[in-house]
Amino acid sequence: MTVPIGTDIPDPAAEAQPVARIGESRGERLRRVLSSRVASIAALVIAVLWTIPTAGLFISSFRPEDDIRDSGWWTMFTNPTFTLDTYNYVLYSDSQGGGLIRNLINTVVITIPGVVVPVAFAAMAAYALSWIDFKGRNFLYIAIFALQVVPLQMALIPLLSFFSQGLHVGSVTIMPAWELDGVNTIVQVWIAHSIFGLPLAIFLLHNFMRELPGDVMEAARIDGASHSQIFRKVVLPLVTPALASIAIFQFLWVWNDFLVGRTFGGGEATRPLTAVLGDMAGTWGFGWTRLPAAAFVAIVVPLVVFLLLQRYFVRGLLAGSVKG
Amino acid sequence: MNISDLTDRFGLLAVGLVAFVAILLALYGLAELASRRDRSRAVAAVFLAPAVVFLLVGLVYPAVRTFVMSFFSGDGTEFVGLENYSWAVTNPDALQVLVNTAMWIIIVPLLSTAVGLVYAVLIDGRRGERTYKALVFLPMGISFVGASIIWKFVYQYTGSGDQIGLLNQLLVWIGAQPVNWLNESPWNNFLLMVVLIWIEVGFATVVLSAALKGVPTEIVEAARIDGASPSEIFWNVTVPSIRSAIVVVAVTVFIATLKLFDIVRAMTGGHHGTDVLAHNMWDQAFRLGNDGRGATMAVLLFALVIPVVIYQVRNMRRQELEAR
Repeated sequence: MTVPIGTDIPDPAAEAQPVARIGESRGERLRRVLSSRVASIAALVIAVLWTIPTAGLFISSFRPEDDIRDSGWWTMFTNPTFTLDTYNYVLYSDSQGGGLIRNLINTVVITIPGVVVPVAFAAMAAYALSWIDFKGRNFLYIAIFALQVVPLQMALIPLLSFFSQGLHVGSVTIMPAWELDGVNTIVQVWIAHSIFGLPLAIFLLHNFMRELPGDVMEAARIDGASHSQIFRKVVLPLVTPALASIAIFQFLWVWNDFLVGRTFGGGEATRPLTAVLGDMAGTWGFGWTRLPAAAFVAIVVPLVVFLLLQRYFVRGLLAGSVKG
Repeated sequence: MNISDLTDRFGLLAVGLVAFVAILLALYGLAELASRRDRSRAVAAVFLAPAVVFLLVGLVYPAVRTFVMSFFSGDGTEFVGLENYSWAVTNPDALQVLVNTAMWIIIVPLLSTAVGLVYAVLIDGRRGERTYKALVFLPMGISFVGASIIWKFVYQYTGSGDQIGLLNQLLVWIGAQPVNWLNESPWNNFLLMVVLIWIEVGFATVVLSAALKGVPTEIVEAARIDGASPSEIFWNVTVPSIRSAIVVVAVTVFIATLKLFDIVRAMTGGHHGTDVLAHNMWDQAFRLGNDGRGATMAVLLFALVIPVVIYQVRNMRRQELEAR
């Protein structure tokens, strides 16, 4: 099957409108125009249905808390009230449910290595799997490919105890407990994200690297370039768009993650924003009226990145899903 | 909230990144060394080492341990045989979890793929296709937690006074009684599924829309000239042509659905009969402190993806044979 990869929305016929066809009777034409109308309305209904919930929360986030408690966001159109107080509170207040700027920074501090480390390690592994000949290469690739699907739930309990108790075989200690506390707990989240991001990143990068022309590699080899030189000077520049796709994937996954951050992130002060929000939403207790603003603080960054870099995201999506 | 509270996080980030660069440089040096002696096995080992170590320590070994733990008691000290498994299939609460999970993994992939396909066909070649696609794709950039908060406000119920949730307000407008949606078992399960479908339809639309562009227009045109109706063309031409893309979308959504944790955690916390495997696993292990049962739930989760792993690996091998 051929799928145009690399163009996000290839629409050669985008502007095609129903035109009269040769040999078409008036009745047929009417039916075609009508069905096109019905299709238009159906598409419009879906598009609107998909947008309203987000728009509602966005509007709510700028309404005073008392108004949120007493009336729906649609009353904003007849009775406009507008405030930034809630944003101010959720970000900077020292009181309960405030000070999320701290967790926002946790998210940033978690996300940068959480993207860079797995992508770098995956690129190295993918290069070895596609361009270095060694025994067991196929087996290793298939094993990593299969790991993609293993639910990370399978790893949570032992991995957490690995950090808190170390690794022992019988009475022999192989790795002592990490005993991370305070801000340093974030190291656990880095490592967990790096591990869980690897299989998909290796798979996608392998797909891209394998497609590179073999004679370019051969020429570089004949010129006396070593594998590490070829990797750095030939392969990496050629797969930069693919690296971008995968980095965006991993960025969205890490930034938006709840499970890993909540499990490995330690106390509330060191958890990422999404993990704190998830708990706030789960309990829906005191201060639920501040949730729209708090949610938007977390949503806005990935949403902007997503909109700006959609082209790369879609490319990764198509390469990962349609090929696989 | 003071600035020093935030700077220590950036300090940690700096240390982490410096350490990471040092590791990369060391690996690079090792690879150069091996290259000079012309040992491609050693070079491959260096390139693969970080990824393989991470995956072995963080995914393979923990998965095996989880499997073993599922035969032990809650605190992991006593061998209990199949007791946890018999609990999972006889305890009413655990059974509810299994039934709910079954509903999720059937309904969500089916509806996400179906709605995505219909929408992709509806907007294919339509004026403004890009915008239509972007609006439905947007939720892909929002975290599950963000989406849960968005939809929690849609489902919000107030016992007295004006409704602030859109769904209940719609009921009030048509003269019906508002409903406390998220407490109404089993219907609340479907309302939670709506959130995931809302997210996954965008994914389905983008992949299937790209696949649609690959269907040769001549075939569709020929069918039309032969007098096939739009629905005949859809079922007999379009769907068979993009069959493999449809399968890939359904499988991807299936896996995402199976691993779903965030939406249940943030919307109901698994109460009111809405618990699913991936969430119950976390709840058992990390909230109730029963590692044995948590591990058992994880193993059941894993068992459900094994067919997918086998299918994917076979698929990949077949493709590799064809590529030769």
